[in-house]
Amino acid sequence: MIEANRIRYQKPFRVNWWGRLGWLAAILYGLYALNYLDVSWLRFIQGLGNGAVFLGEMVPMDFSRWELLVGNLLETVEIAVIASAFGVLFSLPVGLCAARNLMPSWVTWPARTFVALCRSFHPVIFAILFVKAVGFGPLAGILTLVFASIGFIGKLFAEAIEEISLKPVEALRAAGAPFLSVIIYAVVPQVLNRFIGFSSYQFDANLRNSTMVGIVGAGGIGGTLFAAFQRFDYDFLAAILVSIIGLVMLSEFISDRIKRVFQ
Amino acid sequence: MTAPGTYTWQRFSARERMARFVVFFGFAVALSVSLRTVEVIPEFLWDSPTQIMDLLKRMWPLDYAYYPGGIHQALMETLHIASLGTLLALVLAIPVGVMGANNIVRVPLLNWLAKLILVSSRSVNTLVWALLFVAVFGPGALAGTVCIGFRSVGFVGKLFAEALEEADPGPIEALTAAGAPWTSIFLKGFWPQVAPAFWGIALFRWDINVRESAVIGLVGAGGIGMVLDTALNLFHWDRVSVILLSIFAVVIIAELLVTNIRKRII
Repeated sequence: MIEANRIRYQKPFRVNWWGRLGWLAAILYGLYALNYLDVSWLRFIQGLGNGAVFLGEMVPMDFSRWELLVGNLLETVEIAVIASAFGVLFSLPVGLCAARNLMPSWVTWPARTFVALCRSFHPVIFAILFVKAVGFGPLAGILTLVFASIGFIGKLFAEAIEEISLKPVEALRAAGAPFLSVIIYAVVPQVLNRFIGFSSYQFDANLRNSTMVGIVGAGGIGGTLFAAFQRFDYDFLAAILVSIIGLVMLSEFISDRIKRVFQ
Repeated sequence: MTAPGTYTWQRFSARERMARFVVFFGFAVALSVSLRTVEVIPEFLWDSPTQIMDLLKRMWPLDYAYYPGGIHQALMETLHIASLGTLLALVLAIPVGVMGANNIVRVPLLNWLAKLILVSSRSVNTLVWALLFVAVFGPGALAGTVCIGFRSVGFVGKLFAEALEEADPGPIEALTAAGAPWTSIFLKGFWPQVAPAFWGIALFRWDINVRESAVIGLVGAGGIGMVLDTALNLFHWDRVSVILLSIFAVVIIAELLVTNIRKRII
């Protein structure tokens, strides 16, 4: 009885000083960074005025060059489709090599470094280098997105393999199955569904990114977008933007349906 | 009981198999059509090893002397753009996330409006957002910060709304029954449950933003990308390699930092 009385109850609504301190630090940092970046209220207000002019020039949208628009959108989709196919194809062996529970460390180490290298640079930087290497055009965009896909799917695929149950693997090994059979019958069935999920997600991401790689000359709608922007052709710019958003939403809808098929 | 007939057990129904077949077939058709129509010049591909060797030769040796004068300042600016943009995104994402959570705001129209805001933020690429804000605010860090903020709202807001929707209704019902006003319900009922997820999302997004803020300068939105753009246009490949190396170093440091902090708070 006496013991029970000694229990000190925490105050239910006590003040979280650490939380408040965190918010205060965030606000102070925000003010410091605003000062550092030379961002002022005046520029912001001026910008809003420019923004209104900008929006005003965007309407009405100019769909008169729809043939160019549709052609570029198709090229964008083609880049995304090809890059996803090859990216998924290459990330299978890379992901497998990077899984630490199946492979010895002299295999996983280079594979993991390669995946990390693919992930750490933004696709645009890859696009710049590939434009230099293979010239302007969709090929540079495809290569860029293949590397971006390996960086993303390779990592997730390796993590998925590391989480599998090792019992089927041991059973097959004990029965004397060769390495390829172990992969096909023990590993793949456990990760296939997740792998398809990653792939459809990556296709979405590739489609979004393929609208952008054109800005540095790697093919697709991005080049037209950037040209329209530089020529102050804002009504055509608005038409391009609306079609990009429409395309991305359409692909999200389709990949949602695909995910349902494989659930 | 039916008579023990000859059942053939199959993993998927005929319809499921059909759907799978349609997906694979559709992708195969799309791939072959794309490969046939895309304008790839094979000579460029065969030429690429020479070009890559040439590129590497021009990049070597690295021009380290350029770092203190030309790169350091821009790199700090990039980090500030990323952090301030993330803060802006958090401030914007809290109201939008709350509006999108259908267990807090029970008006389907508002939920739908929030979803629309979040989807449009995510479907426009960072570089495209940067272009738009450069047109609005002029070249510089302000455009970059607002661009990073607007681009991140979709991501942070979506995950925040999902975290709110998964919150345990028990404490909220208790607070409601005790007659608490909605601010208290939010601060004492929802917030303690979603705070770890919220900070986790914020850190994750900050990590992504560090990568993205390094390139938005290519279209004039401030930071290291502007230095990179200048070096590229002047074919100073030895400077380009130093810039790429410093971006790489910052990205790796940011990722290590985020991984360590996440381990502590979650």
